Amino acid sequence: MTGTHVTTAAPVSPPAASADHDLVVCQDLVKHFPVTGGFFGRELGRVRAVDGVNLSIRPGETLGLVGESGCGKSTLGRVILRLIEPTAGRVLFEGQDILRYTGRQMRALRRQMQIIFQDPYSSLNPRKTVASIVGEPLAIHKIGTRRERERQVLQLLDVVGLSREHLRRYPHEFSGGQRQRIGIARALALNPKLVVADEPVSALDLSIQAQVINLLEDLQREFHLTYLFIAHDLSVIEHIANRVAVMYLGKIVELAPTERLFSQPLHPYTEALLSAVPIVDPRTKKRRIILEGDVPSPISPPPGCSFHTRCPYAMPECRQVSPPLVEVAPGHQVACLLRYDWRQHVKGGRAA
Amino acid sequence: MQASAGRPMPRVSDRGAARWIRLAWQLRVPICGALLTGVMVVAALGAPYLAPHDPLQQEITARLRPPAWMEGGSPTHLLGTDALGRDLLSRIVYGARVSLTAGVLAVVVSGIIGVGLGLLGGYFGGRADAVVNGAVSIMMAFPFMLLALTAIAVAGPSFRNIVIVLGVTTWPIYTRVVRAETLVIREREFVLAARALGGGAGRIMLRHILPNLASTLLVLGSLEVARMIILESFLSFLGLGVPPPTPSWGGMLGEGRIHMLSKWWIATFPGLAIFLATLGITFVGDGLRDLLDPRLKDSLLGREAAGQG
Repeated sequence: MTGTHVTTAAPVSPPAASADHDLVVCQDLVKHFPVTGGFFGRELGRVRAVDGVNLSIRPGETLGLVGESGCGKSTLGRVILRLIEPTAGRVLFEGQDILRYTGRQMRALRRQMQIIFQDPYSSLNPRKTVASIVGEPLAIHKIGTRRERERQVLQLLDVVGLSREHLRRYPHEFSGGQRQRIGIARALALNPKLVVADEPVSALDLSIQAQVINLLEDLQREFHLTYLFIAHDLSVIEHIANRVAVMYLGKIVELAPTERLFSQPLHPYTEALLSAVPIVDPRTKKRRIILEGDVPSPISPPPGCSFHTRCPYAMPECRQVSPPLVEVAPGHQVACLLRYDWRQHVKGGRAA
Repeated sequence: MQASAGRPMPRVSDRGAARWIRLAWQLRVPICGALLTGVMVVAALGAPYLAPHDPLQQEITARLRPPAWMEGGSPTHLLGTDALGRDLLSRIVYGARVSLTAGVLAVVVSGIIGVGLGLLGGYFGGRADAVVNGAVSIMMAFPFMLLALTAIAVAGPSFRNIVIVLGVTTWPIYTRVVRAETLVIREREFVLAARALGGGAGRIMLRHILPNLASTLLVLGSLEVARMIILESFLSFLGLGVPPPTPSWGGMLGEGRIHMLSKWWIATFPGLAIFLATLGITFVGDGLRDLLDPRLKDSLLGREAAGQG
């Protein structure tokens, strides 16, 4: 697949908002961070961290979210958990619009959705023992008596592969992998449905990465978890994800089942990302697509398709038409004018 | 401090008593401070048992007696007597109670106000922060003396009012420190994790941010006790402090002022008490700061560890 010619796929109807079946649905989600400056804090611009994302996460799956650093993938994960308030759009959790929830409702909902952080050093309070870190979610939600909570903490530690003697220790006494296990135990304490794993293994040694990933997989099976797995390491994503969403400058540019995405990527950006994955076999010839230039500033993304500045196949209309995410094959969505007859999908049907 | 595997065994001279002496020498300043402070605390707590006389008892026949070692002095009044014939040593011992409790209580009051405002401003940011910052600026710009004079003049001098006035005028120092550190700590991921778990603002400020400020506040608080003792003495010296006849170091200094040139001991000994108490507490605070700062701690104790290698 070279993609130098325009493949016009049969237009499939845009993905229906099947809010009843999906655990999480994002609709036109936008998060802009204002950039202020000057003496009076005038708004100079906005960082479009998340710029119109439509995404659904099915119960029990692992949805991988990949993209370069700074493309807004962590922000998207945090907006879904409402740790960051979005600028516009909707987030449905089990069909309920959680952005309308009051503080109290939101606090109750937090039992259902949790997060695992990238940095196991800053995500654990250095002044707290393992017992109080892992027990805190239970204490916040007033689950059980003190004695019962202590027993539950022990069980959780056992589940993530830590033991009773770790209970009274402080985070600095642990290795990175062990700390990440503590963070995982804390996230699981409330038995959530959704876990946003924000680059959970990026900060770990390679040998430890495999252990933690296996642990996450075992836990998913045991507790029927749904993961939004954010990463920039494609080999990790290929291993763990059922479906993969590719993000570029705040937008989802391609979404497909993992195997399909890795075997036949449709978006030029995905193609370039995949070509960067090293292949161990030296006999395999492969063409690396080296992207020219830098990622454009998310403060003033280029008009039209935001990838056109670096795209090897850019056409004149790419500078003008912002490509919508269109389902070109069952379960395979892509936002690229090369892949469909854009006149059918863009309002007005003409270049602006 | 153990030699880790692979390091040569410690030299013989570094074992046992020699090691302790070396450690004590490195910690000589905080140890001196702790000793001085300890003496003051013991004096304050055990005043009724330690003081040779009743501090209020006036002996008209023994007015203005010099200290025992001078001509005309007597062993019954070791540091001499004041203009009313009261035993100076006894008054200084009892004065430790006023100075130390006023210092500690004022720090508690100002600490609660200052830390609370600092946490609120730093954690919530925005308008709350603007209000807190404005209040800090106003307090810092206001002359302390003017405020204290006015407040005491209105409320009347008493121990309780002294503590309140000191407390409500000195809190900005905590607010500035706490606010700055809160701004940094609130961005750390464990705070976000606590929010993701459903923890409220109060819980996050008190259980997650405050414990991380403990060492800073311990150091700042101990240094502030010394400053409070000086301010209390200052107010008492001007007659705005604890009303007589209750003995207080600042008040005694004020009473001795008029006899300064002829009967020097009346003002000198309470002054010395103020000096030694604040010096001791400051040494303790400095020592705490060095011990709680990981980098300084290395240079303080790590030198010993290096000596083992």
